[in-house]
Amino acid sequence: MVRFENVGLRYGLGPEVLRDLTFRIEPHSFQFLTGPSGAGKTSLLRLLFLSLKPTRGLITLFDHDVATLDKDSLAVLRRRIGIVFQDFRLLDHMSTYENVALPLRVLGREEESYRHEVEELLHWVGLGERMAALPPVLSGGEKQRAAIARAVIARPQLLLADEPTGNVDPNLAKRLLRLFIELNKSGTSVVIATHDIGLMDQYDARRLVLHEGRIHVYD
Amino acid sequence: MSTTDRTAARGRPRTSARVAAALPSWGELVARFGRRPRETPIVPRASIAAGALVAVVAIMTFLASLTAGAVVTVIGAAAEWQSDVAREVTVQVRPMAGRDLDADVARTVEIVRTAPGVTAVQPQDKTESAKLLEPWLGSGLSLDSLPVPRLIVVAVTPGRPPDYVALKARLAAEVPGATLDDHRAFARRLRAMADTAVGIGLAVLALVLAATVLSVAFATRGAMATNRPTVEVLHFIGAKDAYVAGQFMRHFLFLGLHGGAIGGGAAALVFLLLGLVGGRLFGLGGADVAALFGGAALGPGGYLVLVGLVAVVALVTAVTARRVVTVTLRQVG
Repeated sequence: MVRFENVGLRYGLGPEVLRDLTFRIEPHSFQFLTGPSGAGKTSLLRLLFLSLKPTRGLITLFDHDVATLDKDSLAVLRRRIGIVFQDFRLLDHMSTYENVALPLRVLGREEESYRHEVEELLHWVGLGERMAALPPVLSGGEKQRAAIARAVIARPQLLLADEPTGNVDPNLAKRLLRLFIELNKSGTSVVIATHDIGLMDQYDARRLVLHEGRIHVYD
Repeated sequence: MSTTDRTAARGRPRTSARVAAALPSWGELVARFGRRPRETPIVPRASIAAGALVAVVAIMTFLASLTAGAVVTVIGAAAEWQSDVAREVTVQVRPMAGRDLDADVARTVEIVRTAPGVTAVQPQDKTESAKLLEPWLGSGLSLDSLPVPRLIVVAVTPGRPPDYVALKARLAAEVPGATLDDHRAFARRLRAMADTAVGIGLAVLALVLAATVLSVAFATRGAMATNRPTVEVLHFIGAKDAYVAGQFMRHFLFLGLHGGAIGGGAAALVFLLLGLVGGRLFGLGGADVAALFGGAALGPGGYLVLVGLVAVVALVTAVTARRVVTVTLRQVG
């Protein structure tokens, strides 16, 4: 599904923040991406999410060499990836329901065709009563769940989550992890970037550890 | 009706009730034809300097509409003048020593009348000539003592005028004192004047549209900067640049239509008032203005031009916004 070969990344003329990354992400797999702060977890996620281009090496995503794709093709490829940002990135002027439905709206689907789907997912993540609420009035946990719902509504093949439990209490963190595990069981590959050792200890999964710009894979 | 029939009729629902049952309920009607709940725009309207932009577009459309209306009026008036001029030519017969003026006039009338394309020939007699000269020479004047030329007004078919060159040559050969004035020089001057006015009007229109494009471009860049997080989210969920540009374009099309309708409506009102009060507003006699510009009133075609202009302004606004967003996204990408 994802293949990195000798990938390196530097910002401008600065030093390489990621060096010689070679790894794969298989379909239906679950992995934690971890490492100390500043190790390059977010940069690697951005490479995975096609919002950055590597300065060297080869990235293959869904059998496409991303270096050869134009902007529109990258957009189409991105539809197969869901991402949960640490800061949620919900649109404050749209209701929770509309935020979650946004990926389907962008695909050009009629509201009637996805209303039930979105409502069902919102109930599933425990936001059934908060559909009409605007993001500024949601709690941190509710925002996190809305962001996750938005990331998975279009049934992506790959889900990337950047510190998804960073702003929530341990109980909610446990519930969110269960949510990711359920998604993985339903066929989505999951990559969770976190430095929360407690979270990783709760689920036995592959670990990709970034250290000084290099990656170490622990299957 | 028998008792049995009455009982059966009582058992059946009444006609009105049956009709009511066949009709869809209010709820069904709302579901079928009612307005769908509106989706929140992805780019919030409040994030665009909408008020200021609507005002700018309204002012620009007002100026453009005034200019377009003036151009339409001038084009109409010029066409009318030219058509008047083309309908008539004049033959002047000058008295010459040793020649009988009345006989020359009669001969000229005869020559002109036989020319193909001439519909009527009206020689002016001495009294009419005296009337023409009255403002300069006073009344009670005997023209016999003065060498006053005589005029012959010749009406021609506008589309198929006579062969003026041949006619002039024949008149020169047979009546040495006769000269034909086909008003071409005058018509040319009129056309040049009208063309200049139209050219100036079109240049003003182009400038106004250019100013609109620049204003919209600035407003779009501002809106994009304000909506950067929204644009980023759209890209993250797989929106193509064309989709993002479309979201901005929708807003700007609405703003363009709004401003355009205000400006175009105000201009239409001005033309309507001008048509009603004529030239009195400018201290001119209504008749003078009517003679020049056909009463300064805009015809149905003119109002149609204003409606078209509003549509053009809205379209220009929308297309400019789309173009600016597309180019900016390409540069950022």
